[in-house]
Parts: sequence; structure tokens; C-alpha cells
Amino acid sequence: MSFEVFRDVVKPIVVGFGITAKRLAHPKVTIQYPEERREQFGRTRWRHVLTRYDSGLERCIGCSLCAGACPARCIYVGAAENTDEARFSPGERYAHRYEINMLRCIFCGFCQEACPTGAIVLRKDFELSNYEREDFIYTKEMLLEPVRD
Amino acid sequence: MPKRIETLVMHDSSTPVLGDTMKGGSVVVTTLDTLINQARSNALWPLTFGLACCAIEMMCTVAARFDLARFGSEAFRATPRQADVMIIAGRLSKKMAPVLRQIYDQMPEPKWVISMGACASSGGVYNNYAIVQGADQVVPVDVYVPGCPPSPDALMYAVIKLQNKVKRQSMRTTKQLNLIELKPRSFEETA
Repeated sequence: MSFEVFRDVVKPIVVGFGITAKRLAHPKVTIQYPEERREQFGRTRWRHVLTRYDSGLERCIGCSLCAGACPARCIYVGAAENTDEARFSPGERYAHRYEINMLRCIFCGFCQEACPTGAIVLRKDFELSNYEREDFIYTKEMLLEPVRD
Repeated sequence: MPKRIETLVMHDSSTPVLGDTMKGGSVVVTTLDTLINQARSNALWPLTFGLACCAIEMMCTVAARFDLARFGSEAFRATPRQADVMIIAGRLSKKMAPVLRQIYDQMPEPKWVISMGACASSGGVYNNYAIVQGADQVVPVDVYVPGCPPSPDALMYAVIKLQNKVKRQSMRTTKQLNLIELKPRSFEETA
């Protein structure tokens, strides 16, 4: 083996594979998304949830402050009066309709800041994609937290 | 009555399992459309077409941490002639709408559109004279992604949703297989 063959063929191959071998020791950065999820940041704002008190009553009192704070105008709140027979929230009124257009929403969290009772919160569920426009009008039934036992 | 035909199809795990026996159609098309749908859904080449800030997240999706290449979508094509899916990443202004439509028309069949982000899907906060209120007024949209901007995982979820949609396409005739462009367009028509 002449010196030229070593210099022009063998050495570049060894150097090249050396770089590859060095990369093998590096930590793997890719998150295998559908199987494993990355931990979302603490202040991540995604899907809205209407929360309840521990007693099971809804926190939302239908004041529409979230709708007023919304820069995209994507929230609709329809309020109704609580009665002793049908009581949904502790106060006088509750939201009998609560709709968010998820396509308009920019997840700024202003509704969460404006809410006086902490009813609307933005949680970390980001898988909101869908095929039809109509599926993005989230109604109160979809947003409301299930009753805890 | 649909024919009951046992077909061997390759699923995601690459293990041969018995195919969908209830699927109608002729023998040839029943087997072929599963194969073609698998090939198409696992090689969705997007078009390099970023309109606004959502494009940054789109680039991030292709980068090492999220790695869209795992779904066969890493090859962002710089020409619509080689692209399968258009990701409308960002607000679509009314001035840009004819350009977007032209680029969509230049893409070969079959083609799909992902509307990424609040602005592209509905206009978002920009409810004004300059922004198209939803890209589906210009091109047919297959998957909408809410978010401002959607995080890379949210976009990846949309790509998976689109893959599922492509896999579900049923093709009963050879014409529906869409293998060749039946009406070839001249350069003057699309350019």
C-alpha cells in the first residue's frame, strides 16, 4: 500500500466514520411524538376547560367578562337565572350556553385572566386538529369538566 | 352485495395482516388502493410555503427534536410540481390569495391542504379588510389546526390526521386511483 493510497483513501474513510462514531455517543434529541409526549411548559395554554367547585357546582356565573376580554371575539356566553329547582352555580346566574370557536381562538389566556371565579382555564391538551370547520365550535358540554366522584 | 375478498395488506407495523374484507370493488382495485394509500400517506411531501409566523413552527417541526421525517414528510419541495400537501402557515392576505390559488393549481393530483393556525383557518384576530377569513374560501382544506401558532406537536398531530384521511380514501374504479392526470394542463393554463 503506497503512501498516496493511505493518504487519499484510507485516512478520509477513517476520519469520516470517526465523525459518525462520535455522533453515536450523543444524546438522542428526537421525541417519538405519538408514542411519547414531551412535557409541556408550566404556563402552556391550550384547550379550554370550564371547571367546577368541589361540590360539583359550576364555577361559571355567566358574566361574559371572558367574551369581553377576548381579542378574537371567539367566546359566546348565554346567561340564565339559577332557580332552587335547577341550580348550576352558587350565584344568581349561570351560563346556559358557552361556546368557543377554537379556530378563531389565539390561546392568549385573557379569558382566564378576566374570569372572576376561575371558571375558564386553559389546559395542556394540544391535539385539537380536525377535518371540518363545524367541529371547532366547542359547546358547554364539551368544555365542562366532568363531575368528580 | 359486496364481495368478500381476503387480501394481504401491509399495515404500519409492516406485519402482513388480513385486509378489510368488507371493502367493495373489484379485486384489482381493492388490493391496489390499500397499497397506493399506504404509499401516498407515508410520503406526503409538503410545499415550502410559509406565509407568516406559523412558518417558524413549521420549520421547527422538521428539525431534529420533532422530526417530521418520521412520517415521511421531511422533503419540503420548493416547487409545487413536486409537492403533495400544502401547509398554509400563516395569515392569508387578500393580495396573497390569488397567488396561493395559483400555486395550489400547479400542484399535481392528488393534493391535500393543511390550514395551520388560527389566521389561516379563520382569520384569527385579524378580522379586517386585508385578511381572508379562512383559507377554505380560496382552496379546499383537509385538516384545520387551531393555535396561535400551533406547536410542532400540534402540527404533527395534524399530519397524522391527514395520513389517516389519505389511508381511508376508497377507490372503486381505476379512474379514482388518480394515478395519472387525466386532463393534462398546459403551461399557459396554470402559469
